[in-house]
Amino acid sequence: MNGKHVVAEIIVVTSGKGGVGKTTTSAAFATGLAQRGNRTVVIDFDVGLRNLDLIMGCERRVVYDFVNVINGDATLRQALIKDKRYDNLFILPASQTRDKDSLDKEAVGRILNELKQEFDYIVCDSPAGIERGAFLAMYYADSAIVVTNPEVSSVRDSDRILGILSSKSKRAEEGSEHIKEHLLLTRYSPTRVERGEMLSVNDVLDILSVPLLGVIPESQAVLRASNSGTPVIVDSESDAGQAYTDAVARFLGEDRPHRFIENTKPSLLKRLFTKKREGVSA
Amino acid sequence: MRNLLKYFRKDKNPSAALAKERLQIIISHERIHSSNRANLLTSMQKELVEVIARHLNIDTHKVREQVKFDFAQNDGHSVLELNITLPDEDIVAAR
Repeated sequence: MNGKHVVAEIIVVTSGKGGVGKTTTSAAFATGLAQRGNRTVVIDFDVGLRNLDLIMGCERRVVYDFVNVINGDATLRQALIKDKRYDNLFILPASQTRDKDSLDKEAVGRILNELKQEFDYIVCDSPAGIERGAFLAMYYADSAIVVTNPEVSSVRDSDRILGILSSKSKRAEEGSEHIKEHLLLTRYSPTRVERGEMLSVNDVLDILSVPLLGVIPESQAVLRASNSGTPVIVDSESDAGQAYTDAVARFLGEDRPHRFIENTKPSLLKRLFTKKREGVSA
Repeated sequence: MRNLLKYFRKDKNPSAALAKERLQIIISHERIHSSNRANLLTSMQKELVEVIARHLNIDTHKVREQVKFDFAQNDGHSVLELNITLPDEDIVAAR
């Protein structure tokens, strides 16, 4: 604990819809918080479909998992995997068990409380859907990052998730202060927005009315990062990496202008010469 | 050649506008039907019965069964329908 936080903050990364970038965001965000000197743990809540370990590049070091800790088969200390890049970053992998009910509300609360003693930020990577895993990932949250693609099904599911956050979470049940909501728009293509083929940032904000934390452009850097098991935020040359760095800074209270929203309109010649470097910001 | 022309033509495909319109309609509909709104309708119904009972000498328990709430959505607008049936014998002049 570096003393920055008296009380640790629990952040859920959620979306409802699958494949919009929750795990990419959880990995990038947790790494970004650690880069800024915060003791951070990122937890995979997707029981049965573990993937955060691959995105963080620690899949071969998984010995114990979240369910082992809940069942008392392992201690937290044994299950937490220290990140190979940042020594203040830890990963708690999900179990590959097929028993979906292995997570229990009280046990999850107990483990989160234990983690709160050690960490500044606890990032919960929610599974898709609105079932048990997704519910438990958001239940204890202090703030939520709702990951949305500029696409109809994703926006609709995000609205559903926002409704659930404000009615079914612990904070809602206790009637205490609301979960702080943040919108993260991912896979954004300014070129397609300009052509009227894609919902714009403002369209999505009009519909969801949640404060915008950041816009992550559609980028080849994301696949490149997952191929190598490196959170995309580590690739500080890439547009997506920089967009995540900005989002983390905003989350921590910094005021940063939004980038990668406007189409930069390179000339045809420039476009021809920069084709090879796509995914790397100009 | 046609592709080349297509490339240079400033063609505004309106599909994003259509997406936004469809989303606004479905999401406002779903918000009304979500659990929060269901609670809102129930509490509104309860309060309305109380208001009626304040002015008319009625049996609130009986009347509650005769208050019907209906939410319908037609193209472009929503209708909140409130139907209260008061049995003749229960209606006594206002206090």
